Amino acid sequence: MLNMNLIVIPILLLLAATAVTVARIRNLWAAVMFTGIYSFLGASWMLILDAPDVAFTEAAVGAGISTILMLATLSLTPKKRHRDGHLQSDDFEEKPLKHSPFWPLLVVTITGCALVYGTYDMPAFGDPNAPIQVYPDPSFVAKSQPDMHGLPNVVTAVLASYRGYDTLGETAVIFTAGIAVLLILRKNTPEDDRRANEQEAVS
Amino acid sequence: MPIDHPALLVAAIAILVTMTLALIRAMLGPTIFDRVLALNMFGTKTVLLICVVGFLTGRTDFLDLALLYSLMNFIGMVALLRFSEYGTFGDDEEHKSLVESWKNSPEVNG
Repeated sequence: MLNMNLIVIPILLLLAATAVTVARIRNLWAAVMFTGIYSFLGASWMLILDAPDVAFTEAAVGAGISTILMLATLSLTPKKRHRDGHLQSDDFEEKPLKHSPFWPLLVVTITGCALVYGTYDMPAFGDPNAPIQVYPDPSFVAKSQPDMHGLPNVVTAVLASYRGYDTLGETAVIFTAGIAVLLILRKNTPEDDRRANEQEAVS
Repeated sequence: MPIDHPALLVAAIAILVTMTLALIRAMLGPTIFDRVLALNMFGTKTVLLICVVGFLTGRTDFLDLALLYSLMNFIGMVALLRFSEYGTFGDDEEHKSLVESWKNSPEVNG
């Protein structure tokens, strides 16, 4: 266990350092990169906590898709662009703050303290008597191995098979959201602009 | 079957030190390319860390996840580089000509 602490504590420290950097850095382009790093770190930590399915999702959505979507959004926002069209890292400066950062910091600190206070009521990590292990029915844990032809992870068995329709529904929702986001983030082609102008002329 | 070999622990710590150095480079990095390289390196180190932790805890099925991470890292990197080169993910004519003009500009050719 001491071994794992030697790995977990540096990962959590790096997570904290990355989070502070994301909040402090004024360059939006660099902030997007740091959210990618944050996702990679968070996913590794979830993996160490034995939640490979959550880590999988975090890596695919957090590090992969959101980075790309954020960049697509940045490419649609107005920015100062050099005459030669090449982008520089400092083209994406965030606007300076108009108010003092004191109140947001206070709110975040209070929320954090409340969350930490909340963890005192939680069972210890891996506690066999935790509600999640004994309720609603521990036989899922016993049955999933033969039911799923030796799938090693119970959570995966529950998500992909016992709750298969639920997961299918979730996938449909995410697919729809993905289509909507792609339509919003689409860049206008010259053809689109011409059609828009024509419609304006008609009306 | 956990392999509790000290070499694995040393490797994990060495990887964490490298991650820290990459993070520092990403924070300082004056240009886009320092940061892209730092992020890419960070992703690679995450893949390695997952493999080492997988062997440390005896759960080698985590290696599949490491594969997914390297794929994600690759896709993200291609997207980032396309974006910093073209300013968009598409490759329409307007941006191609912009890139051409950039490549022919005196600051690139020295």
